[in-house]
Amino acid sequence: MSATLQTAETRTMTGAEIVLQALKDNGVEVIFGYPGGAVLPLYDALFQQNAIRHILVRHEQAAVHAAEGYARSTGKVGVVLVTSGPGATNAVTGLVDALMDSIPVICLTGQVPTHLIGNDAFQEADTTGITRPATKHNYLVKDIRKLAGTVHEAFYVAKSGRPGPVVIDLPKDILIGKGPYSEAPQAPHRSYRPQTEPDMASIRAAVRLLKGARRPIVYAGGGVINAGPEASRLLNEFVHMTRMPCTNTLMGLGAFPAEDPQFLGMLGMHGTYEANLAMHGCDVMLNIGARFDDRVTGRLNAFSPNSKKIHADIDPSSINKNVKVDVAIVGDAGAVLKALIECWQADEQPQDRAAIAEWWRAIDGWRGTGCLQYRQEGSIIKPQHAVKRLYEITREMGRETFITTEVGQHQMWAAQYFGFQKPNRWMTSGGLGTMGYGLPAAMGVQIAHPDALVIDIAGEASILMNIQEMGTLAQYRLPVKVFILNNEYMGMVRQWQELLHGSRYSESYSEALPDFVRLAEAFHARGMRVTEASQLDDAIREMIAHPGPVIADIAVAKDENCFPMIPSGAAHNEMILAPGQKGGVTGVTDEGKVLV
Amino acid sequence: MPDSLETTLRNATIAVLVENEAGILARVVGLFSGRGYNIESLTVAPVDADRRLSRITIVTSGTDMVIEQIKAQLDRLVPVHKVSDLTLEGPHIARELALIKVVGKGEARMEALRLADAFRARVVDATIESFVFEMTGAGEKLDAFIALMRPIGLAEVSRTGVVAIARGPGGFEA
Repeated sequence: MSATLQTAETRTMTGAEIVLQALKDNGVEVIFGYPGGAVLPLYDALFQQNAIRHILVRHEQAAVHAAEGYARSTGKVGVVLVTSGPGATNAVTGLVDALMDSIPVICLTGQVPTHLIGNDAFQEADTTGITRPATKHNYLVKDIRKLAGTVHEAFYVAKSGRPGPVVIDLPKDILIGKGPYSEAPQAPHRSYRPQTEPDMASIRAAVRLLKGARRPIVYAGGGVINAGPEASRLLNEFVHMTRMPCTNTLMGLGAFPAEDPQFLGMLGMHGTYEANLAMHGCDVMLNIGARFDDRVTGRLNAFSPNSKKIHADIDPSSINKNVKVDVAIVGDAGAVLKALIECWQADEQPQDRAAIAEWWRAIDGWRGTGCLQYRQEGSIIKPQHAVKRLYEITREMGRETFITTEVGQHQMWAAQYFGFQKPNRWMTSGGLGTMGYGLPAAMGVQIAHPDALVIDIAGEASILMNIQEMGTLAQYRLPVKVFILNNEYMGMVRQWQELLHGSRYSESYSEALPDFVRLAEAFHARGMRVTEASQLDDAIREMIAHPGPVIADIAVAKDENCFPMIPSGAAHNEMILAPGQKGGVTGVTDEGKVLV
Repeated sequence: MPDSLETTLRNATIAVLVENEAGILARVVGLFSGRGYNIESLTVAPVDADRRLSRITIVTSGTDMVIEQIKAQLDRLVPVHKVSDLTLEGPHIARELALIKVVGKGEARMEALRLADAFRARVVDATIESFVFEMTGAGEKLDAFIALMRPIGLAEVSRTGVVAIARGPGGFEA
């Protein structure tokens, strides 16, 4: 059998062997999964080979998030294997998460044998029906002669154009039956051939606008990360040669170095004052690989009202979806940046340097607000301080560090206070906002980077949504650090209740929390609890120094809100700042309350 | 409404060339329901057996921005070969077929026949007290005929929905 896996000439194999051979031919080294009746033939084939490593998770949702973490930190396709019925339905949240954040994932699902499909058989679910809107594409393989080709095509679809999750539903008789293996075809796909090279006329139009800009801004998103590290390097080059300010979306953090003087921080609902005011006041905006998400734009009819907008995206359906733009560029972010740089250099039109300098003076004025400042006084740990110290200590240590998060206030504080200098170091659930994402994603990152420091910045509520994965950490000795900002509330829910619902904290208190130290110990990990600000630094160092998995339960201020904040339904220039900072407004309109 | 500045609705007849495979219709219909687009009419049938191609014709309505979205969303479905907004891309012919059952006796029956003749509807089934007419044409022509049959004894209507094709020599190749 291992011999079968090593040679890929056309020969007859079982369906399970065909699947594994195709995975191997597509460069797969690790898959995340959970066995069950319908996929037993695949697990049997896995048992008899060594080329592909299987990581046993504790819940199928976690398998998908782990594959996402693996994919986002490596640029490769993440692979998941789950059984039929509940195995597949449990994976759905992860699939939608990967769809919203454009993460390439292949999910192999078991299915009842073809002759039983539609009979309400044991552990049968209409997986392709359920996952159709949850995936970029999906397949049900009913003919073993098409099996190898389908797996190859799934890899092509998952990673081409705008990446995304692909499901292959595999009936058990197909896995057991015998059929021919074929290698990946050389011919282009019959119908799916996304455009990656930009049209030069649109590049020239963009450069003309940008050269004439007096108040330009570059707004870069996850598309730059997905385009590979070279795209981030080109972004850096472009921003520096054009002297423009640059802001990143939540998904784009790391695409531009956080400590670069031209970086304005994250934009959007919890973005910086300077980034949002620069977006509001700019005259030319260059959006690369972002999608004008509602968390970014705020109220649409007040979004950057006086700017010409250039939008470069690999997905034509992202263009003119929410915001009408003046110049549309379809292409891969790296290819677009390369073309922009070349065209900028060739274009003779001079830039108005005096106007740009004036623009920077305005930006520096907004920066002077110090919108991310906080006061760490007394013994109660401010959550912002906990993240900031975590960042500073890991930076001093100089270790390769990867951060994942759950969803909520802690996620926004992580985005605000942890600086990312490189792409692929930041894994967070942006589009879907999936609580329970961070721990399994960190597992996937740690599998891909065994020697790196991988930290899940978590909240005490989110972490409980996939806490069972502590078992996976123990089994594979994955030294993931879980850094819980424990404020005993679903903090973002509490914050919205305070600001929008008269401080009626309906069901947002984290009642009956576990003792996280003993919980860690029960899962063979190290548990720590920190309650005093004076203990924080030592605790962080101790957590990092421990060779195995750790849960660090950091008791933080319970009523801290995450600021700045653009309330829902408001515009970028209507931000709420932290109490004591000047500027901004308070209050949310009734219209805004409808929004999420 | 994504853009408050743009509220003018227009109709669009969109032709989509797709792989003839299981689930393709569900993908297209799911896209429309999932994203809240209108479907006024949808037809589908294989058009090229050798190359396993089917053609879907969708009549929808929306602002220009929404119709551009619909096209882009259809185009990124993996089994979709080509999408064309026939309404936007020049003159085209749109036709629909209807089978119309009219029940009645005596003068009403004769009146139905006379009107059918005027509308060039064919009788494809007849009994002592009923006709089934077959009629092809633009949707409005079918609407008009059906409205006339209503007082006479309209019993049942079955319509195919719109099929459409561009005028002139230009083709719609995969």
